[in-house]
Amino acid sequence: MSNYIRLVDTTLRDGSHAVSHQFSAEQIAAIANGLDRAGVAFIEASHGDGLGGSSINYGRARLTDEEILRAAAKVIDKAALTVLLLPGIGTQEDLRMAVDCGARAVRVATHVTEADIAEQHIGLGKKMGMTTFGFLMLAHMSSPEAIVGQAKLFESYGADVIYIADSAGAMLPSDVKARIEAVVDGVSVPVGFHAHASLGLGIANALTAAEAGAEYLDGTCRGLGGGAGNAQTEVMVAVLQKAGFQTGIDFYTIMDVAEDIVEPVMHRPQVIRNASLIQGYAGVYSSFLLHAYRAAEKYGLNPRDILVELGRRKMVGGQEDMILDVAFELAQTKEVAKNEDDHPNACDRCTKV
Amino acid sequence: MDRIKAAILGPGNIGSDLMYKILRSRRLKMEMMAGIIDSPGIQRAKAMGIRTTTEGIGPILDDPEIRIVFDSTGAKPHLVHAPLLEKAGKIAVDLTPASVGPYLVPAVNLNELADAPNVNMVTCGGQATVPIVHAINRVAGVVYAEIVAAISSKSAGPGTRQNIDEFTQTTARALCVVGGARKGKAIIVLNPAEPPPLMTDTVYAEVEHPDERAIRASVEEMVATVQHYVPGYRLRVPPTVEDHKVAVIVEVEGAGDFLPKYSGNLDIMTSAAAAAGEALAERMLAESRRCRL
Repeated sequence: MSNYIRLVDTTLRDGSHAVSHQFSAEQIAAIANGLDRAGVAFIEASHGDGLGGSSINYGRARLTDEEILRAAAKVIDKAALTVLLLPGIGTQEDLRMAVDCGARAVRVATHVTEADIAEQHIGLGKKMGMTTFGFLMLAHMSSPEAIVGQAKLFESYGADVIYIADSAGAMLPSDVKARIEAVVDGVSVPVGFHAHASLGLGIANALTAAEAGAEYLDGTCRGLGGGAGNAQTEVMVAVLQKAGFQTGIDFYTIMDVAEDIVEPVMHRPQVIRNASLIQGYAGVYSSFLLHAYRAAEKYGLNPRDILVELGRRKMVGGQEDMILDVAFELAQTKEVAKNEDDHPNACDRCTKV
Repeated sequence: MDRIKAAILGPGNIGSDLMYKILRSRRLKMEMMAGIIDSPGIQRAKAMGIRTTTEGIGPILDDPEIRIVFDSTGAKPHLVHAPLLEKAGKIAVDLTPASVGPYLVPAVNLNELADAPNVNMVTCGGQATVPIVHAINRVAGVVYAEIVAAISSKSAGPGTRQNIDEFTQTTARALCVVGGARKGKAIIVLNPAEPPPLMTDTVYAEVEHPDERAIRASVEEMVATVQHYVPGYRLRVPPTVEDHKVAVIVEVEGAGDFLPKYSGNLDIMTSAAAAAGEALAERMLAESRRCRL
């Protein structure tokens, strides 16, 4: 087993959710430059929902995809500028644009059961000479065996790395171990893990993945990300070092990037609040969080109730529109219940008249 | 009553579901099912007493009485079929992504396209959302339309999966060309939940005149129009307006003719194609009545 772990820092992509996709070009340049100086191998920068993600459904970004990438590309020296692409949202045209802007790696992400919608995009990434990752989202929803099948599809399309993403932060370390070990055994390319902190297990799960054979790990500075946030890059560097892994990242530099550059741009502290805890508990896609808060406010609901219902309906990544659907339905139900409380005999009276 | 003879090219899932819909038509006669191998779809049609062929388009071209041809093969074969059908004087209703002819969404532009030799049925997401965009546009002026189509994984065939960009790009174009939006964006999500969820489509629109009452009335009227040919088309979340932004959610339950009810995405395609064929046949019949007089 290799003891070298490559880190993908996704502060500028997953972290984009936590700032409602409002990073400025100056902020992007400062963060990307800091990450590059610290020795991060892959710097992911995109709208939180990947290329083409800027929309009413996922939130409009302050900058276009092109502006985001150009801002990062011009300050990166050694690291590979990386983009996220969700087939169904982003297209091959977007990927060509990203390469023009200097992207050298792409993570093509699908729901954990839908790898076969990524064949063209992975193929194009490879053809353009990019390091190409196949990224399986909400992996807590599938068994290790089923995940291996999907990982093999990615491998057959040419993916260089297969990622298991705990997009809801719903996994326990034992879930991570079972999935990573199965995929490491099942494919011949390196395997990576993307953690979320909803259950307070982000770093523990990342370490478990490394011990189970993962060679790539995702993190964000200060944990900035969707829901309760991600595994905190600077903490991960410390933990991996103590556990005997090498990352090639300078610990002090990455700590300083987190504290001096990332922390000042955060909209709120990245902590586990009740709604994001529920996301881990009910297995709900992390980036739904802020949208659920807004819908809850509009319809006078508790965001927790919206998220639990989304989990019960088994909504997948990208279905932010169903937050409105659920909120509308819950508000209707509440309205009916309220009317019944106000007029307990209303129905009797109606029938008598 | 007189009926116009129709044929289906491509006896797969879509072609088979469409066959049941044409069999119910009062204007169309299901004359021939054409494939290239003796597939289950061909056998099914044969068992129902329908003329079949495994020689592809040839026998359709040879039969002058077949006037309307539904093509549910694939984009590449349709590019071959389209000129042959036009030369033979047959109207092509294209259910593939080939986009040879103009986009047709029955609730919106059926009358404008009555003379086109070839019409394209856009995508399932387009059939579900373009009418809503059009309904909002006619009362509020749509500057930007964005749709999210969610379909069950089970109802997404290999064609959709291998070429998912085609869905988003074609649908986005139709939001503008047929729906009237100045700019369009489409997103598709596959959901593997069991039991398979119904197709849901969310339409967002940025409008010039956010008059909620007018928008609501226009959308409700449009939903009723679509229901004439897609009975399982329903409003889930009626139009809500916030500033200049409108959001509407519809769902599509399939008729369950050949495909299961959760395949509303496929049902809305075959239903729209059948409705288009029906209208074209109606017009042909009216013309022939005039000629006899």
